[in-house]
Amino acid sequence: MTAQAQIVIDGVSHLYRPPRGRAVLALDQVSLAVQNREFVALLGPSGCGKSTLLYLIGGFLPVETGTIAVDGNTVTGPGPDRGIVFQHFALFPWKTVRGNILYGLERQGMPKAEREQRALDFIHLVGLSGFEDSYPSQLSGGMRQRCAIARTLAFDPKILLMDEPFGALDAQTRGLMQAELLRIWQRTPKTVIFVTHDVQEAVYLADRVAVMSARPGRIKTIVDTKFDKTDPHVHKAKAFVEKVDEIWDLVKDEALKAQGVRAP
Amino acid sequence: MKQVTRYLPLLLLAVAWELVARLELVSTTALPPLSDVIRAWIELLKDGDLVSNGASSLYRAFAGLALAILVGATLGIVMAWWKPANVLLAPLVEMFYPLPKSALIPVTVIWLGYGDGSKILLIFLGCMLPVTLGAFNGARSSEQALVWSARSMGANRLRMLWDVVVPSAMPEMLNGVRTALALSFILLVASELIVAQKGFGYLIGSLGANGSYDAMYAVVLTVAFLGFAADRVYLVITKRTLAWRE
Repeated sequence: MTAQAQIVIDGVSHLYRPPRGRAVLALDQVSLAVQNREFVALLGPSGCGKSTLLYLIGGFLPVETGTIAVDGNTVTGPGPDRGIVFQHFALFPWKTVRGNILYGLERQGMPKAEREQRALDFIHLVGLSGFEDSYPSQLSGGMRQRCAIARTLAFDPKILLMDEPFGALDAQTRGLMQAELLRIWQRTPKTVIFVTHDVQEAVYLADRVAVMSARPGRIKTIVDTKFDKTDPHVHKAKAFVEKVDEIWDLVKDEALKAQGVRAP
Repeated sequence: MKQVTRYLPLLLLAVAWELVARLELVSTTALPPLSDVIRAWIELLKDGDLVSNGASSLYRAFAGLALAILVGATLGIVMAWWKPANVLLAPLVEMFYPLPKSALIPVTVIWLGYGDGSKILLIFLGCMLPVTLGAFNGARSSEQALVWSARSMGANRLRMLWDVVVPSAMPEMLNGVRTALALSFILLVASELIVAQKGFGYLIGSLGANGSYDAMYAVVLTVAFLGFAADRVYLVITKRTLAWRE
C-alpha cells in the first residue's frame, strides 16, 4: 500500500427513512479511497445516493454502517476541513456577497483586517469585483454560484464537496463555470468530490469518475479520466469523446433501471 | 404626492362628518361636529390630560409588546428546534391561541391590581402568541442547506441557530409582530375602559360618562391615529430589515 488516502470510505451503507412510508436502502456497501488533491466525480442517475454519500462525507448525516475517515480521523460531524457547495447555492440571502464570504472567516476567528482582505481577494478570484455589496437576490444564477464557491474556498477547507453545483445553471453558464472551476482549482489545489449526473462534465473535470448504480447506490466502477485540462479543445479530442461514450454506456443501463425500464 | 392623494377619502369623510352634524341630520350628542371635536382636542392637550394619560397608555403598550416579542420569539424558535419544548408547549399554545384575551381583563386585575401591571400582563399575554407562531413557522422553514453551510463553516449549533434560524424566521416573525401591534392597542384600550385610573381608555370612559362627547371623540380619534401611525412606522422598519429580499 502506498501512503494512506485522504478520504477513506469503507463499507458505508445508508438507510433513508422518509417521514412517511418505508425505509429505502440509499447506499449499499460503498467503499472508495480519494487521494490528496485528487478530483473525483460521483456520477449516476438521480436517486442513486450520490448526494447522500457526499452529505455523509460532510458529516451532515450520521454514518450508521461502515466508516468514513478524513486524514485518518473518523467523521462524526461537519467541520471546516470539508467545505460544501450546493446546487442551489445556499447563500445567506440576508448577507451581501462580502458578508457571505466573511462568514466562514469570522467563524474561524481570523482577525478583521486579514479577513476583509481575504474576502476581497476571493471576490476578485471568482470575478465578482464590483458586486461586493450586492445581495444574492440581485445576482444571476452563475454569479450566485461563483459567490458560493468563493465563500467555501475562502475559509480554505482541505476538501471541497460539490453537490451538482452547476445543475441549476443554463448550458452556457454551465460551460463557463466548469472552465472557471478548473482554473480556480489549479490555483488553489484541493481534494474535490464532485457529484453530477452529466457524463461530459464528469469526464472534463475529474481525474477519476466513480460510476454509481441505481438504487441501492453502489459504486459500479471507477474510470480514469485524466486529460489535459488546459487544452481549450479537449472536448473535441478523440480520446475524450471515446471516454465520454464509454462512461455513457455504463451509466445508460443504470439510468434506464432508475426509470423502471429494463435494459435492452 | 401620490401618498397624500391616497388619503383624500379621509378628507371627504371629515367634510361629510362636519356637514351632517352642523345640519343636524343626526343628533349632535351622538355625533358632535368635527370642529368641536378638534377644539376639545386642543383643550385636552392644553390642560395636560391627553399627554399624561397618553404617556401611561403608551408605556403600558410598549412594555407589554416588548415582553411579548422577546418571550414570544424565543419560545417560537426553541419550539421549532427542540422537540421536547414543542411536545410540551404546542398543546398549550393551541388551547390558548383562540381564547379572546379580553376575557382575561378581570383575571389580570385580580392578580396585579388596577395599575400598570395588569395592563402590561394582559398585553403581554395577548400579543405573545402571534409572535410565537410566526417565529415557529419561520424557524421551521429554514433551509437545510443553509444550516449545513453554517455548520461546515465552523458554527456550533447555538451559533447556527442565531446566524441562520433567526434570520430565516424573521419575515414570518415580523408579520406576527404586526398582528401583535394591532392587538396591543385593542387590549390596551379595552382594559383601560373597564378598570383603570389613567390612560386613553380611562379618559374615553370618563369623558363619555360626563357627557363631554366632543372630548371623548377627540380621544378616540387620537387613539385611532396613533394606531395607524404605529403600523406605518412598523411597515417602514420591516421593509428596511428585509431589504435583502428585494
